[in-house]
Amino acid sequence: MGRFWSLLFLTVPILGVLTFVCAIGNIWPLNGGTLAFPADQWLPDDVSENGGVIDNLFMFILYLTGVIFIGTSIALFLFMWKFDAEKNAEPVKFTHGSHTLEIVWSILPAAALLFIAIYQMNAWVDAKMKRPTEMIGRSEVPKRPLVEVTGRQFEWRLRYAGADGQIGTPDDLHAVNDLHIPVNQEVVITLKSQDVLHSFFLPNLRVKQDAVPGMKQFVWFQANEVGAFDIVCAELCGWGHYKMRGRLTVESQEDFDKWFAEQMSEQERTEFTPSSGDDDE
Amino acid sequence: MSSTTVDAHSHDHAEGGSAWRFISTYVFSRDHKIIAVQFLFSALLWFVVGGLLALGIRWQLAWPWQGMPVIGPMLFSAEGGQISPEFYTTLFTMHATVMIFFVIIPFLGGAFGNFLIPLMIGAEDMAFPTLNMLSYWFMWPAFLLIGASFLSVPYGAGGGWTSYPPLSVITEAAPASGLPQTLWLFGVTCVGISSMLGSVNYMTTIIQMRAPGMTMFRLPLTIWAMFITAILQAFALPVLTAAGFMQVLDRLIGTGFFVPEALAANNSLAASGGGQPLLWQHLFWFYSHPAVYIMLLPAMGMASEIIACFARKPIFGYKPMVYSISGIAGLGFIVWGHHMFVSGMNPILGMTFMVATMMIALPSAIKVFNWLGTIWGGKLYFTTPMLFCLGFLSMFIIGGLSGIFMAATPTDIFIHDTYFIVAHFHYVLFGGTTLVVMGAIYFWFPKMFGRMMNEPLGKVHFLLTFIFLNGTFYPMHLVGAVGFPRRLADPYDYETFAHLLPLNQFMSICAIGMVATQILFAFNFFYSMFWGPRVGRNPWRANGLEWTAPSPPGHGNFDFQPIVYRGPYEYSSPEVDEDFYPQTQPPPKGREESGDTGDHH
Repeated sequence: MGRFWSLLFLTVPILGVLTFVCAIGNIWPLNGGTLAFPADQWLPDDVSENGGVIDNLFMFILYLTGVIFIGTSIALFLFMWKFDAEKNAEPVKFTHGSHTLEIVWSILPAAALLFIAIYQMNAWVDAKMKRPTEMIGRSEVPKRPLVEVTGRQFEWRLRYAGADGQIGTPDDLHAVNDLHIPVNQEVVITLKSQDVLHSFFLPNLRVKQDAVPGMKQFVWFQANEVGAFDIVCAELCGWGHYKMRGRLTVESQEDFDKWFAEQMSEQERTEFTPSSGDDDE
Repeated sequence: MSSTTVDAHSHDHAEGGSAWRFISTYVFSRDHKIIAVQFLFSALLWFVVGGLLALGIRWQLAWPWQGMPVIGPMLFSAEGGQISPEFYTTLFTMHATVMIFFVIIPFLGGAFGNFLIPLMIGAEDMAFPTLNMLSYWFMWPAFLLIGASFLSVPYGAGGGWTSYPPLSVITEAAPASGLPQTLWLFGVTCVGISSMLGSVNYMTTIIQMRAPGMTMFRLPLTIWAMFITAILQAFALPVLTAAGFMQVLDRLIGTGFFVPEALAANNSLAASGGGQPLLWQHLFWFYSHPAVYIMLLPAMGMASEIIACFARKPIFGYKPMVYSISGIAGLGFIVWGHHMFVSGMNPILGMTFMVATMMIALPSAIKVFNWLGTIWGGKLYFTTPMLFCLGFLSMFIIGGLSGIFMAATPTDIFIHDTYFIVAHFHYVLFGGTTLVVMGAIYFWFPKMFGRMMNEPLGKVHFLLTFIFLNGTFYPMHLVGAVGFPRRLADPYDYETFAHLLPLNQFMSICAIGMVATQILFAFNFFYSMFWGPRVGRNPWRANGLEWTAPSPPGHGNFDFQPIVYRGPYEYSSPEVDEDFYPQTQPPPKGREESGDTGDHH
């Protein structure tokens, strides 16, 4: 039976190898119940400026851990195969361990882990700490947000700055769940929540940030392709969490301006001028 | 449950006295073994509940909004057998609560901690038998409170097991945030009291009551793990208890620790303010991250025991193993922030937590290498307990490595709160801990009940569990890499995730198979308890002190005073002819006493 169990454990690294083959070849194993090669759905399409860094890190860690995973799993299989009591006539190697080995397998993983930690700090700083800037006159200031996104059970409330460039003034444009941004531009948004925790998740732009009531946060991203994408709420916000679904439309500057003007005139026609963002329905 | 316990033990404790004597011996017992069995039975019962809750979640994810066959109409007649989105939040909240607080922690600390600590260190009982009894009986208010919370009308607590405010504090925010949430909080507090009583007891017992000759570095790794776990619990739990009371106060009298100004949920303005939702997350994870290790370290200890025994070889690197356990415990206190990388916490703080989190992978890696070193050059006997522990080793490699993806902050931005993390912690907690717990039940069952469990049936149980567990949890990595979010009742409305339905159906079918497989285990367990073959003191030819006591041990455990001459892993020692060398066996005449186990070779 030892042979049988060893082979069962061999399936684990085989499964692992298959996974990495699929990951590297970008093959999605189960697509609508059928195999599709290549289906381009391993990680969702990345349409952003900064998402590539995150994807590369993901793949880097995947390769690194993959080698360790497959190596240790195969070692486990080999030891099970070789040292099966039914087959192995050699006496047990009576040993309590090895200082050298302990040192080797402490230092090597420590170095690898420290390397990963340091290697990806820049990506983190870019994603969360270096807010884009703009020039106003001769001074470089943090870029003004284009839109304020407020999470609310169970929708995303949006407020665009009007002609004055300020959010929170009477000329703001209001929208719900329908976020439009211009393509190829760094966009800064203000993220708030009105009631409970939400999380603003753009899978195709590799952006995620919790919206916390009582806190005002800035999130920035740049989309490099036009199209419509999902806005997902990724933090449990109540029974309707699953339907807190927004849509991100990335479009050219002209289309964006056109959309903005249309929405603005429609808003004026309906004389819907809420006083602030804290309005109730 | 207690009546079953009585049956289990009546054969060697039958006294036939008054009813009171009967109750004090078997129900309100102070004997650590009876208490262990009580914990074991409670945990097994709740394991069934938790598993069925998981199936509810899997049903909804595979066949969203479709009526469950047979049981659906009984449970939700109003919705035509459908799971409602409100009930879905209750399902995953309760699944996690039950599995963590009523299954894994009681299995490890309650059942095996209680059973093994006195037996393995050569003590008659725990240092504080009455506290020990209380630690079990404090579980009952918890069972009742959480049960009441679950069964509350119209919906049980649904804030997730993490219970993040303001959702959990503002009663207007969710149909389940009223009374059920308060009951839930009190229930978890009772579990905390139980664990606290247990950990005080374990620490004292391990420090004070070791048999002569049982030095700290002759302790089995299980005991080291239990000891470190008890310390972790003792220092981390008060924080959760305090946080829980703060949340209760927020809810009942509006203290507003976790509620910011001007918060309006469901069109009504919260009365209180001035608080910060992130405070809860810090306090909660300050306990709950160490709790992850509370749910893992004892399992690692027991796996070491079983692997060494069936490899017939000393554990490789005993002292590095001890230091790794301590290292995990120490670092475990400074990594809680990795649950909060995208929570709005200061990103600089995120970087420090990231470095600490990367480093905590190191002791786990060292342990894996040492287990591999243990089976290298041994003589492996593929018994059921051994298979479960090798299964643990294989699965823990996956669960450990997938943690690195989340530890890396930029990657975590994408996979945070997706099924990738669900895959990760199920590989650690199911593929890791639960497999060891099952292996440990097969291994120590003869000591608990004096009878063997059926081996062929056990192997079939392992084979099917191993296959179905990978079928259930492995694809979660794949859907997680697409960004498939957790806790969503119906993610298929999103364009990004619509194509993941077939894979989810595959996972759900495997999950049903996995739960069904456990019927084999239940059958084996109860059948063997009454009709399994009787065994002597040491059926596995193991070294530990517990194997020198009768099976099952009577009150007071040992019928002689155990004296310890060596560490617990001297298998295949050249000093003796047999391939095991019990800790109590005096060294052969004219030979030097063998030293502590250690890496002195």
